[in-house]
Amino acid sequence: MSKDKWEEQIALVTGASRGIGKSIATNLGKLGAKVVGTATSEQGASNITAYLKEAGIEGQGCVLNVSDPESVASSVKTVSELYGAITVLVNNAGITRDNLLLRMSQTEWDDVISTNLTSVYRLSKAVLRGMMKSRKGRIISIASVVGLSGNPGQANYAATKAGLIGFSKSLAREIGSRNITVNVVAPGFIDTDMTKALGEEQRKQLTEQIPLARLGHSDDIANAVAFLASANAGYITGETLNVNGGMYMH
Amino acid sequence: MSSIQERVKKIVIENLGAKEEDVTNEASFVDDLGADSLDTVELVLSLEEEFDCEIPDDVADNITTVQQVIDYISQNAKGS
Repeated sequence: MSKDKWEEQIALVTGASRGIGKSIATNLGKLGAKVVGTATSEQGASNITAYLKEAGIEGQGCVLNVSDPESVASSVKTVSELYGAITVLVNNAGITRDNLLLRMSQTEWDDVISTNLTSVYRLSKAVLRGMMKSRKGRIISIASVVGLSGNPGQANYAATKAGLIGFSKSLAREIGSRNITVNVVAPGFIDTDMTKALGEEQRKQLTEQIPLARLGHSDDIANAVAFLASANAGYITGETLNVNGGMYMH
Repeated sequence: MSSIQERVKKIVIENLGAKEEDVTNEASFVDDLGADSLDTVELVLSLEEEFDCEIPDDVADNITTVQQVIDYISQNAKGS
């Protein structure tokens, strides 16, 4: 969107209480969009409300369990009533339940599929009619480099992240005629709480594989999302933007 | 309360951006009113909302004209 148009955007960012989601929400807000960030707990939602307020951004946090269909429907309705129809959806919420497949439980598989992939089906569907009616919209999902490269211990997680890419390409074809773009940002190794869970040895090994020789910052992802959400990216759809310091090129 | 026919035509006009005079009872959504596949899905969703009913996919596939919608709604909808 050109600069004056950001004020007309209403962005919904899932998993916005910390890490990449927080950076995305803050960044879109600073550009001028109204932002609603979601978290799974009341505490998380009030944190979001607080940091948005502190940054002078119009918007708020709200509680949303992305794996609960009713929670998704009611949240989208509430946001639309408060701020207007959602014009930018950022599917960022995600979890890991790492385990080698031989030891991966059904629950570890199901939880990751539900939170990371099924949620995107639900949320995208929920915002779609509003976007179709207004003949504009941006749906951006946060995948991961491991969805392209694979990673031992993350068969469930990598499956969802690769799944997002196929989902987005298909949806992009379905609704392109309505001026709605559907894209993916695939972060590499970003310094967040999620990657802090990795061991020191694993971090070191990973850093050695990155041509830019550093971990990514959550702002690196937020900037890519802002670009895809902008009017400047109006002719890009079904694309996956890799933001990984060169650790995986394709 | 307007008649079913009036309500159906209003929704068709809104959804397809069609001219009122083109939305006759015999008009076909695709052939006469220029609807594409997404338009027809949106139209069905709007009709379901307006008349508080569910139009199954196999029924929706066979409804191609304004009159067919009016007939289906008259026979099936609670909100009619």
